[in-house]
Amino acid sequence: MGAVAAPWRALARQGHRSEETGSSDIWALRDASFEVADSEVFGIIGRNGAGKSTLLKLLSRIVMPTTGRAIVRGRVGTLLEVGAGFHPELTGRDNVYLSGSILGMTREEITRKFDEIVDFSGVERFLDTPVKRYSTGMYLRLAFAVAAHLEADILIVDEVLAVGDAEFQMKCLGRMQAVAGEGRTVLFVSHNMAAVRSLCHRACVLDTGRIVRTGDVHDCIGYYLQWHVDRQDPVIQFDTPAGRGPRMTSAVLLCEGRPAIRILMGNILGIQVSFRSDAPLHVPRVGFIVTNEAGAAVLSANNRYQSSPRYDTPVQSGTISLELGAVPLMPGRYSVSLFLGDAPGHDSHVAEHALWFEVLEQDLWGTGLGPDSGASQLWWPTRFHFSL
Amino acid sequence: MPATDSKRSLHRAESVDDSVLEILPEHGFPKLGLKELWRARHLFQFFVWRDIKIRYAQTVLGILWVLLQPMATMVIFALVFGRLAGIPSDGVPYPAFVLVGLVAWTFFSSAVVAATNSLVEQANVIGKVYFPRLFVPLAPIASGLLDAGIAVTLMVPVLAILKLVPSLGPLLLLPLLFLVAAGAAAGVGAGLAALNLRYRDFRYLVPFLVQGWMFASPVVYPTSLVPEGYRLLYALNPMVGVIDGCRWAILGTPAPGIALVGISAASAAVLLLIGCFYFRWAERTMVDVG
Repeated sequence: MGAVAAPWRALARQGHRSEETGSSDIWALRDASFEVADSEVFGIIGRNGAGKSTLLKLLSRIVMPTTGRAIVRGRVGTLLEVGAGFHPELTGRDNVYLSGSILGMTREEITRKFDEIVDFSGVERFLDTPVKRYSTGMYLRLAFAVAAHLEADILIVDEVLAVGDAEFQMKCLGRMQAVAGEGRTVLFVSHNMAAVRSLCHRACVLDTGRIVRTGDVHDCIGYYLQWHVDRQDPVIQFDTPAGRGPRMTSAVLLCEGRPAIRILMGNILGIQVSFRSDAPLHVPRVGFIVTNEAGAAVLSANNRYQSSPRYDTPVQSGTISLELGAVPLMPGRYSVSLFLGDAPGHDSHVAEHALWFEVLEQDLWGTGLGPDSGASQLWWPTRFHFSL
Repeated sequence: MPATDSKRSLHRAESVDDSVLEILPEHGFPKLGLKELWRARHLFQFFVWRDIKIRYAQTVLGILWVLLQPMATMVIFALVFGRLAGIPSDGVPYPAFVLVGLVAWTFFSSAVVAATNSLVEQANVIGKVYFPRLFVPLAPIASGLLDAGIAVTLMVPVLAILKLVPSLGPLLLLPLLFLVAAGAAAGVGAGLAALNLRYRDFRYLVPFLVQGWMFASPVVYPTSLVPEGYRLLYALNPMVGVIDGCRWAILGTPAPGIALVGISAASAAVLLLIGCFYFRWAERTMVDVG
């Protein structure tokens, strides 16, 4: 029987613990009450610093709550980091035993599962080599293999899937799905919405230490994606002082036709630019550059290089729609810089990093796997055909 | 309901019954949690085993170092304190006298130093998975005990070369004396480990503490040099009873007396309790401050 019933009223504070409750205290978690039923796979979603890790650490007893209460029925296994307790000087075999026992397995359990663990890791040839001589990939595979064979009623898992190469990630995800299918209770934290969606039944959304939504996993993911307008606006208004040449008055980022700053991979993206010009013009020249977080320009377009529509009668104001289609952007944060001018080679209004948006991972192909963001800056929708 | 399966023994604390755990804030005087320590004892064995394996990994002489270390110091001390300073040695050759003191002292001091650093070294694991943390500073004490046992065993033939053959009876009391030293080292080590995690200054302070403590113990000089009226006070240092007892057991020097050894043992027990309770109290915020 594995279930967590956690009527948290208020939980741990970061930093010093003292009896006085001054206003300078920051609560890592507050008003976070929820229940997880036996053999349910429960996702915990939230931004960095929302309190997800604190919640997992409280439930696995790594940190102690300042106040509040949790009731846990069944044996808890914690997987917050792959390779917890691994020691570089010890051999692979020794580390399986050491890490396994730190995670809470008995010697007999490890012995019983030893072959399975080694088989899963694929490092049997190097079992008697100190792990300090392992490659990173081998090390991670062995470490995950130990964790994946932990026999617990309740598994508390934090992002451990994000290890190794694509092939091993697939194996990890498959193993997690198998664990979930065995009727074990799982609490799962991840930034990877694709993984959360494919693994979890129910979820909760955490924001600054509070649970803002609990329920069906699709509902929670949808809520999480929509509710970030506080960070930045999908609309930007420009001050338009009188000047030579056309000026932008406002610009909007559109996802599937609606203003948005968070989009899922593969969503249809659009930009709408409103402009004003003292001198009437036939063809406003407009362009954009999408820049990733590292500052690299990854996408751009400008109607000065392609055949462009034109206003039959010159206008002094109007709106331009840029339809980008389904952009092959990897998950991450991007900014959009906008350029407007009245003649090729002359920009009368440059708005660098005017709009901001975030691309979130989505299970594009129903495999639970996203494209490998280490391989390229863009993913490309490609059809594969096999023939003899 | 697999959680009641007796073979399964994940670290659980104050559970309502065997399968239900209630996580609550702890206030007031800490509990030692002996039940939990007992349940997870196999993990303690693993920690000790790991300590031993790592310590002698990639050394050529391996376990011989446990005696070579005190013997090297013995040579220096025999020259400086025995020859130059002419410190008396209760009627046995000074090198033998100081070697026995050094074997006992080396166990105590390296156990304290290893325990002090253990928690900082493993701060990462402590933040990633729960297990009884008291095992972390206690494991180096236990692995040190094993080293001490080997050192004593190796020392007996060395002493035999000096025509010093101990009688078997008193020798059997040695484990008890080393347990007293281990208790003191565990208390001091656990306390310092928790302090060291909070204030890294202790890393620099502990070597001085250990050095001072050595000269406050009868390592290079005999207890008979201490004025008689102060000996029982002197025995509040647990290592006084331990070292004097070891010399009596191995070298046949005059017996230290029940009162002196008793005071040292009691003092070790008090240190053990203070250290462990302090550790358990500090454990509440350990992950936050580490």
